[in-house]
Amino acid sequence: MGKVLEMRAITKQFPRVLANDKVDFDLNHGEIHALVGENGSGKSTLMSILYGLYQKDGGEIIVRGQPVQITEPRQAIDLKIGMVFQHFMLIEPLTVAENIVLGSEIRKGPFLDHKRMVSEVERLSEEYGLKIDPNAKVADLSVGLQQRVEILKALYRGADILILDEPTAVLTPQEVEDLFEVLNTLKSKGTSIVFITHKIKEVLAVSDRVSVLRRGKKIGTKSTAETNEQELAEMMVGRVVLLRVEKGPAKPGREVLRLDGVTVKDQFGHVKVNNVSLTVRSGEVLGIAGVEGNGQSELVEAIAGLTKVAGGSIHLSNQDITGWSPLRVRRAGFGLVPEDRHRRGLVLDYSVADNLILGLHGSKPFVHNGLRSEKKIAEHAEELIRDYDIRPPVASQPARALSGGNQQKIVVAREFTQNPDLLICSQPTRGVDVGAIEFIHQQVIAQRDQGAAVLLVSAELDEVLSLSDRVAVMYNGEIVNVMPIEEVTEHKLGFLMLGGRPEEYDANEVSGSADQD
Amino acid sequence: MRTKIKALPWQELLLPLAAVVLALLIGSVFILYVGENPLTAYGILFKESLGSVRNIATTLQRATPLMFTGMAVAFAFRAGLFNIGAEGQLYIGAFAAAWVGFTFANLPRIIHLPLAIVAGMAGGALWASIAGVLKAKLGVHEVINTIMLNFIALFLTDWLVTGPFHGGSWVPETARISASAALSRIYPPTRLTTAVYLAVVAAAAVYLILWKTKRGYELRAVGLNPSAAEYGGINVARNTIIAMAISGALAGLAGTEQILGLHNRFILRFSSDLGFMGVAVALLGKNHPVGVILAAILFGALQAGSAAMDRLTAVPRELITIIQALIIFFVAAEYLIRRMLRLKEDA
Ligand SMILES: Nc1ncnc2c1ncn2[C@@H]1O[C@H](COP(=O)(O)OP(=O)(O)OP(=O)(O)O)[C@@H](O)[C@H]1O
Ligand SMILES: [Mg+2]
Repeated sequence: MGKVLEMRAITKQFPRVLANDKVDFDLNHGEIHALVGENGSGKSTLMSILYGLYQKDGGEIIVRGQPVQITEPRQAIDLKIGMVFQHFMLIEPLTVAENIVLGSEIRKGPFLDHKRMVSEVERLSEEYGLKIDPNAKVADLSVGLQQRVEILKALYRGADILILDEPTAVLTPQEVEDLFEVLNTLKSKGTSIVFITHKIKEVLAVSDRVSVLRRGKKIGTKSTAETNEQELAEMMVGRVVLLRVEKGPAKPGREVLRLDGVTVKDQFGHVKVNNVSLTVRSGEVLGIAGVEGNGQSELVEAIAGLTKVAGGSIHLSNQDITGWSPLRVRRAGFGLVPEDRHRRGLVLDYSVADNLILGLHGSKPFVHNGLRSEKKIAEHAEELIRDYDIRPPVASQPARALSGGNQQKIVVAREFTQNPDLLICSQPTRGVDVGAIEFIHQQVIAQRDQGAAVLLVSAELDEVLSLSDRVAVMYNGEIVNVMPIEEVTEHKLGFLMLGGRPEEYDANEVSGSADQD
Repeated sequence: MRTKIKALPWQELLLPLAAVVLALLIGSVFILYVGENPLTAYGILFKESLGSVRNIATTLQRATPLMFTGMAVAFAFRAGLFNIGAEGQLYIGAFAAAWVGFTFANLPRIIHLPLAIVAGMAGGALWASIAGVLKAKLGVHEVINTIMLNFIALFLTDWLVTGPFHGGSWVPETARISASAALSRIYPPTRLTTAVYLAVVAAAAVYLILWKTKRGYELRAVGLNPSAAEYGGINVARNTIIAMAISGALAGLAGTEQILGLHNRFILRFSSDLGFMGVAVALLGKNHPVGVILAAILFGALQAGSAAMDRLTAVPRELITIIQALIIFFVAAEYLIRRMLRLKEDA
């Protein structure tokens, strides 16, 4: 197998950061090469250079044996390089076929040849086993299918080197499985794939080789078969990483959150959360497991006062907070790490310092007679940047310039330092590197041990299992079951998350346990 | 791109400057076409607008209302609102100021003038708040509702000035304001008044509000990311209304300045699009108070110099309108200029 791509001594200097420091990277024909590393280690930068989005400051790129200059994506596309970004670049009102051919439309005279466009896309999706309806509107597709459209878009432009930047961060576990199948098919057809991820399990599951970056430098490249979880984690972080959360038993105290028959409807009147009753006590973590889109987001937004409640009541520390404004709920002792940090959690164009006071900006040390206390704001920022190891440690930089994981740390730092009575963490480690996951998990347990009631919503089963003291499963807007962690198995969670009833599971298990494992 | 970060300050300045230079270059093609030398024409333009203290005073006088309307548009824009209603707010503010000016004839100056100014601000603020409420409570887009409110403001003041408050002369105007409500001239015989100081104070106030207060933090957060603002406990609806009100007060000041400093009465449709020019000024000034002041002075200079250019050369004064339009075109076509200047985002 020959090399289709070689990047030699790639260097990229941003105003404050050396994002890539003489990085070597190569890609064999028909291999899946995983690229891993901490947040901000330079993975996206390296691949953006290959795709012509950034200009390198040093080094050379050799594609299929030829040294090349890539100064804009057009040239990368001509070199049969395709890239799928974490944030999709699709035009939602258009159909799948229209999106795929966009920019190289098939014409009949001056008009678009819709028929051929559709048949062309059908042929492509057949060839690569990427099932999709060419006439569906992109807006109606699930995230997993939208990603498929992005991949097809690249293939349509002839890509045989495919870069995927954190493709799994937004996918459900089932969608991840499907994606891996697609990647393997592509590989068998001779496509070479660069796969960026934070999840070591995924590296081990799908890649042939893996390269690790740390603080802009290449640490090493390993054959996947010859490495393991622990070694990779250590290469990424540069020290021993605890892959298991260490925690003592919970000491549940008073009831902090009580939901009684909470129902939430969306703007069209569809029931999203159906008659949910729950309690969370101080000093415990209640995990909500569930496939995304089963009402978890709506439930969290309702508690936070960000969505109207259609029925039922919410009590926080014995106060009825149903219908309160977000600010009032916050002041009653509530902190929230929202699931979508870009949409909810951050004002990306605000500085790190200003983001660290969002929600506290009207409270005491930060404002005095309506005027900002710049000194206090700066001190607060410095303190949190240090405590939470936010990198680069520059309070005045816009949050936009930070890597995803460091952006998440801003949100976590801000919400956790308030020591709220009730802390809701929604997907707290999405897109975050192993070192930061370890850190955030430790912080969650520390909050619990300080007496916070923690409600954890996560699509990561591992996360739910390792942090929770009790687990609730949410399916189709309802809480299916709440059980102490001792009674939970991954298998049982999977069963309940897909809509199985608890009674059925117990019945099944007795008869079907022989087939398992 | 995800990682696009704010350009360096000098680049912020470079862009509007490049737009101005390009506009003048293209303008010179027109000048050549009418058979004049662009250098001569621009020379006159420059001399007549900035060549002497007196000319500078005239330039500043022309610039003053644009400083206010530009600031009005910029302020709303920072809160994510496109206020095209400055024109209407200006008329309501102007009428309110005029009314105070000609109604309370016996007040001492120290009370009368401030009262008229406050009335002008209040009028503009009130009118703009209607737009704010419509947007915040009913979700009517501010572009649509401010345009409609412009028409209403125009026809309302048309009626007021021709009907109940007609001053009795043969022209559609109100009675004269009393001298105690008139702004004082600083450099006679030019008509530059103390309003220009007021504009500088307003610019400083806008800066302080936006960047140094809790309110400004909230307003800008709403403008940049309303979802995150809401999550951070910021009342989006309330801040929308407040932003419109402050913006309207600034537009109202433009009208006030025109009445108390220039016309000394409310005249039917006196404004010649000062409110709409505010959009252009804000755009050129990058929605920053300092930028707005500079942009307003530039537009003021073009207008101040245009009469002489018209008089002394074959170039019609309408060329100035073309140049202003071109400047706006190039500022709006930021991408084009960036490419021409090869400004790399990450360079
Ligand atoms: N446009 C930019 N301007 C300035 N600094 C930047 C820019 N883009 C990235 N950086 C910095 O370069 C470094 C590498 O960023 P990059 O996005 O490549 O990291 P990453 O490995 O993809 O991280 P993550 O896993 O969080 O996505 C970071 O320190 C980041 O802050
Ligand atoms: Mg990245």
